[in-house]
Amino acid sequence: MKIAVCVKQVPDATVHKKIDPQTKRLDRSGEAALNPTDLNAVEEALRVKDAQTGEVVLVSLGPAKAIESLRKALAMGADRAVLISDEGAAGSDLLGTSRALAAALEREEPDLVLFGQASSDGDGAVLWAAVADRLRRPLISQVAALTVDGSSVSGKRQTEHGYDTISAPLPAVVAVSDAINEPRYPSLKGIMGAKTKPQETVSLADLGVEAGEAGEAAAKTTVRELGAPPARGDSIKIEDDGSAAQKILDYVVEKRLL
Amino acid sequence: MKSLVFLEHYHGELEKGGLGVLSKAASLGEATGVVLGPGAAEVAPRAGAFGASKVYVSEDAALESPLPQPRVDALAALIEQSGADTVLFAASVLAADVAAGLAARLEAGLNWDLTDLVLEGDELVGKRPALGDTVLVDVGWTATPRLGMVRSGALDAVESGGTAEVEQFEPTFSDFSALATLVEQTQEESSGPSIEDADIIVAGGRGLGAPDAFSLLEELAAALGGAVAATRAVVDAGWYPYATQVGQTGKTVAPKLYVACGISGAIQHKVGMQGAGTIVAINKDANAPIFDFCDLGVVGDLHQIVPKLTELVRAHRGS
Repeated sequence: MKIAVCVKQVPDATVHKKIDPQTKRLDRSGEAALNPTDLNAVEEALRVKDAQTGEVVLVSLGPAKAIESLRKALAMGADRAVLISDEGAAGSDLLGTSRALAAALEREEPDLVLFGQASSDGDGAVLWAAVADRLRRPLISQVAALTVDGSSVSGKRQTEHGYDTISAPLPAVVAVSDAINEPRYPSLKGIMGAKTKPQETVSLADLGVEAGEAGEAAAKTTVRELGAPPARGDSIKIEDDGSAAQKILDYVVEKRLL
Repeated sequence: MKSLVFLEHYHGELEKGGLGVLSKAASLGEATGVVLGPGAAEVAPRAGAFGASKVYVSEDAALESPLPQPRVDALAALIEQSGADTVLFAASVLAADVAAGLAARLEAGLNWDLTDLVLEGDELVGKRPALGDTVLVDVGWTATPRLGMVRSGALDAVESGGTAEVEQFEPTFSDFSALATLVEQTQEESSGPSIEDADIIVAGGRGLGAPDAFSLLEELAAALGGAVAATRAVVDAGWYPYATQVGQTGKTVAPKLYVACGISGAIQHKVGMQGAGTIVAINKDANAPIFDFCDLGVVGDLHQIVPKLTELVRAHRGS
């Protein structure tokens, strides 16, 4: 079983994220980390591999320094990493990103492609569906429990109304939710071994993606302006002296919320 | 602008989120809707009251299960047929996958997490809070069709009292779209509205102290006619179901009233609920970050305040 996990480097959770007012793109200059919910996808891939034997390949799109973040997943136990790094990919929206990842995945021909729940910087939770459409493969998203056998995959997911269990033949694309597992911590041996695992950096041209198919040139969405979010009005803060419940009720009634 | 709005339906009713998007689309130009799956024709006319001039329906058996890929096929064909330049979605588990699949299929730009749509001259502009809602971004499209997905609860469904023509269409489906199949569906029993649909949410965090304190919130929510939500910390601890998790890795909600009980207001939670109309916070820690972004903050013991508030709400409602 060959499993590809699509992962992304994002600004570290401790970094105050900001958008560069010139390029209107996210400033990626500070401390970076692997996107937290991607760790659930890596963990799930390792569990499938442990049960079935096989290979776990990381596939990522990002700047050259993103390889440092991929090492964390290699330390967890992934076998190798492919980083698509290309100036021409800068400014990609969903279209360019899904094009580049799909091209790398077509080259790898995995049985199973896994994604994490959402990126912490783009707040997107949609990329897998675009990739699945480009690969013309079945898709199961928001999976909270995954079963994989030699020829098919089945995922249970939560919807607005309950639980759906969806099954698909391999090869397939699956996006997991962060409820699916608890990612393992890399062992010292894993960390030591990560540096020597195969780490390949490829360009868009290496993948047969042409200049107009990714990056800003291929983007069909734009960032026009950046502004401050609407401020909330004045807030009232009170200490409970036994009358707080009544004050809350009065406030809510006055605001015509009841 | 001629838009096509993806309208989901459940148990014989059009979902409120889609109707909110439809109302907005109708205020910006000609709006049409599309309803897919068994029962579509029966619920479709209702969209007229929210501004749709026409509703396209298909009850093809391939659209029976709530799976995205056959819906991408259906919409891809329909966009051409209907002449729509804009396709809009209300965010949901299903809609996100349909929208992104459609974007790739049509090489069309998709903006998501929108909280509003406006026209600047002839140009459609989406309003999108980003980076944990610390910045409000104006987003646009460079080509048509434009695809947009609106944050859950951001737009109100407004009845305008019109009527819609219903038109059947017959999609054709890709081979790979039929590969994923629904094998089991379980519906959650719930006595009140879901957190996506509720106008009032009562939410609990670590400050509840123990899982059984959620019963206090359930009673308050029942009195208010609202739903109960939870933070990631208590969901991770197994105190309350994952379906109720609000925040970065949970759901984004925008009810009219959000009562946060024992919630510190960490960024993980904040981004999921700060779109609420009015936020009331009860927390015994006077320094909790939630007091920086609520409308009414109460420093006190929720175990005392919430049951009293429930009684007062009941009395108020009874009067």
